Amino acid sequence: MDTHPQSSTTLREILGILTFQGGYNTNAVLAGVILLGTAAGVVGVFALLRRRSLVSDAIGHATLPGIALAFLVAILIGASERSLPILLLGAAATSALAVAAIAAILRYTRLREDAAIGIVLGVFFGVGVVLLSYVQHPANTSGASPAGLHHFIYGQTAAMRAGDAFLMATLAIISLAIILALLKELVITTFNSEHARVLGLPTSFLDATLLFLIVLVTVAGLQAVGLILVIALLIIPPVAARLWTDRLPVLIPAAGAIGALSAYAGAAASATLPRTPTGSVIVLAAGAMFLISLMLAPRHGVLATTLRKATQRLRIAGEHLLEAAYEHSVSRRGITSFSNRSLQAMQRLWGWPFWMRPVVLASLRNKGYIQRTQQGYQLTGQGVARGARIARNHRLWDQYLRTHADAAPGHVDWSADMVEHVLSPEIIAELEAAILDAQAPVPKAPRA
Amino acid sequence: MNLAPNVDLFPILAAVLAALSCGLLGNFLVLRKLSLMGDAMSHSVLPGLVIAFMITGSRTAPVMFLGATLAGIATVVLVELIKRLGRVEPGAAMGVVFSVLFALGVLLIERAARNTDLDADCVLHGQLETLFWPEAPQRWMGVLHPDTLAAAPPQVWTLAITAALVVAFVLVLYKELRLAAFDPALATAQGFNATLMHYALMILVAGATVAAFEAVGSILVIAMLIVPAAAARLLTDRLPTQLLASIAIAVAAAFAGYLGSIAIPDAFGKPQVNAAGSIAIALGSLFTLAVLLGPRYGALPTAIRRTILSRRIALDDLLTTLYRHEEGRPIARAIAKRTYARARRLGLVEQQSNTLTAAGRHRAADLIRRHRHWETYLVQRAGISADHAHDPAEHLEHLADPRPSGMPKFDPHGKPIPPQSKQDHERRVP
Repeated sequence: MDTHPQSSTTLREILGILTFQGGYNTNAVLAGVILLGTAAGVVGVFALLRRRSLVSDAIGHATLPGIALAFLVAILIGASERSLPILLLGAAATSALAVAAIAAILRYTRLREDAAIGIVLGVFFGVGVVLLSYVQHPANTSGASPAGLHHFIYGQTAAMRAGDAFLMATLAIISLAIILALLKELVITTFNSEHARVLGLPTSFLDATLLFLIVLVTVAGLQAVGLILVIALLIIPPVAARLWTDRLPVLIPAAGAIGALSAYAGAAASATLPRTPTGSVIVLAAGAMFLISLMLAPRHGVLATTLRKATQRLRIAGEHLLEAAYEHSVSRRGITSFSNRSLQAMQRLWGWPFWMRPVVLASLRNKGYIQRTQQGYQLTGQGVARGARIARNHRLWDQYLRTHADAAPGHVDWSADMVEHVLSPEIIAELEAAILDAQAPVPKAPRA
Repeated sequence: MNLAPNVDLFPILAAVLAALSCGLLGNFLVLRKLSLMGDAMSHSVLPGLVIAFMITGSRTAPVMFLGATLAGIATVVLVELIKRLGRVEPGAAMGVVFSVLFALGVLLIERAARNTDLDADCVLHGQLETLFWPEAPQRWMGVLHPDTLAAAPPQVWTLAITAALVVAFVLVLYKELRLAAFDPALATAQGFNATLMHYALMILVAGATVAAFEAVGSILVIAMLIVPAAAARLLTDRLPTQLLASIAIAVAAAFAGYLGSIAIPDAFGKPQVNAAGSIAIALGSLFTLAVLLGPRYGALPTAIRRTILSRRIALDDLLTTLYRHEEGRPIARAIAKRTYARARRLGLVEQQSNTLTAAGRHRAADLIRRHRHWETYLVQRAGISADHAHDPAEHLEHLADPRPSGMPKFDPHGKPIPPQSKQDHERRVP
């Protein structure tokens, strides 16, 4: 197990790096990684919207043969085998080949996209692994050591120099620039390809551009995140951002921000802690942000949704009670009180859990619809009016279904039970008009 | 190439057994378009394995399988959860789950399980080349001796049992698997639980991944799961044939890959390369062969069939044209009979090869131009739809040229209109 003590020095180190005090190299790498995260998040939004997220899996794995080949070629032509541009060029070349292979399989065979991606992923990675094993033997490489290639698989920012970081940053900025330049076209093509084609936009060119951008971001991210996990940076930030907003102008920067933050946190942690592959930490950071978004996002988050549903359930339960109490009072000529026994009967009828009754009663009392009496409770004037209105909605809908929807009288009650809570004034007016047209009696309006 | 039982038997066995399990299971993934679930599963079993190892300190098969099974179940559950709660499409949900789990696995390996049997490279590409069977007999046939079998390394048994389990699963539940693969709704309606089948399949995939872990590593398992089934899919439409074909392809690739990883570098005087990757390359090659040469759907047979059909159609077209020339009144028939000779006599058709001469082509181009001009005119000015314009143009081309304005280059069907040459004057029809 790990014997490295979790001391305050480590924490201070991380904070130091996070605040850009880690030295020139570290700062450059951190800046580059932040740009990478942003680019990956933004490109990932379009990949997600066009359902191309998993192609990045194949693209990532397919960089391996390219890297190994570029290594060999570099030795052959006498260049430095660590030359990053050559290695990344090789990576891009085989990734592009992988994309073409997937397209070819889809075009010329009857296999579907999932199988095509899996085939290309597996075979290309296999080629890469073989080439990597070939390159491990110094006899094959005239002594040049492929030690650094391992970092492209899992990502290791600690092995990056400032120059590498600049290249990464440049590729990231180019990706962002292309997206910005083609933003309108990409948006239209994503949401309505028919419309785009009518407008004369070259949809297949834009699709190819998106794939090219995925390749660019993947290649840029190889050193930091590694080829296996770079897909995560393209998928997780957009998915997390999606939970916060439905609007594209907000989604794109949000995804970029989440990507940047994950990359930032992950890179800093990986630089400090030993034996920590950067790719893993960045992805775990992104995963954590996803989890937080899942829980806390104001509209679609789990907490918000649960709260919304609970509030709605409470309101409906309260309205049921008011309506029942009103009907009860009508049948007893205006006596608006109801006993605890009646309450128990209602609770059983509607199947309320044990805790719902006190909560509903408290809520109704709070809003001034009921008040406590010696024997139980009593409707206030407001309560009577509200109960009457709900009851009327129920009967309106009831009547409407009978006259217009041919519903059997015995079947309308449960539907009205649900619909009565959500009828707006406009709909009520429409219903009244429709029923009058059908010459059916309209339930009387409440007095208040 | 020198092969020895104590060095090569185990790897070959491991590769073949892994290929059998994965190749067979993969069919149901490919058919149900769940290939990427196999991809996801092979990535996400990793933390299961590592955590099981960390807790128990052992790498025995039952422990590993338990870890993998739990990880597999967790994957399926999490993917469903994220699909629902996160409102994302299945592919993205899978991507989120497996990448986070895989990242966790890698981190745990690096920090907690280093310098042990479980290392990151095993994840990538297994360790076929390093699997030794020291007590293996000197001669290959000696393997079948009961004592030898008793002394076999435990991984061989793990792989064999997994393969047996997979085969048993497919045989016993064949009808249900088939139905669930092609029509899950009907399957559920018929009373057996398609969801349960899905979970069972996924757990077996996780198990096969673990079994193949040592052989080919968890990432190359993807190739073994998907490629044989996909290749078999291109060769046949019948499920039993597809299952057998996928097994054959997988096992053949296992042999070819392993032997190739030794023999091919050997031919160049180089040491053995990675065997698992070689198997993946062999799979890719067989797949490509299936795409190109598959008797029913392969590119080459299809092209050949298409060429044969084209030739037949051309001949048929020529014959029907001649027939139509011969139809009609006796004078027309007589004229038709002599038209070819006349064309040759007038220097419009070559004597030997029966193709157009330059003069013949010029005259034909005139007519085609007039035909396509008529089509353009009829569509643009007379409101006739493009698919109705051909027949009237066929008649009118012999009589006049409407010369539509604007010198159009293409007719309504997109065919090019032959341009007028400089010295052109109307010829009267003889």
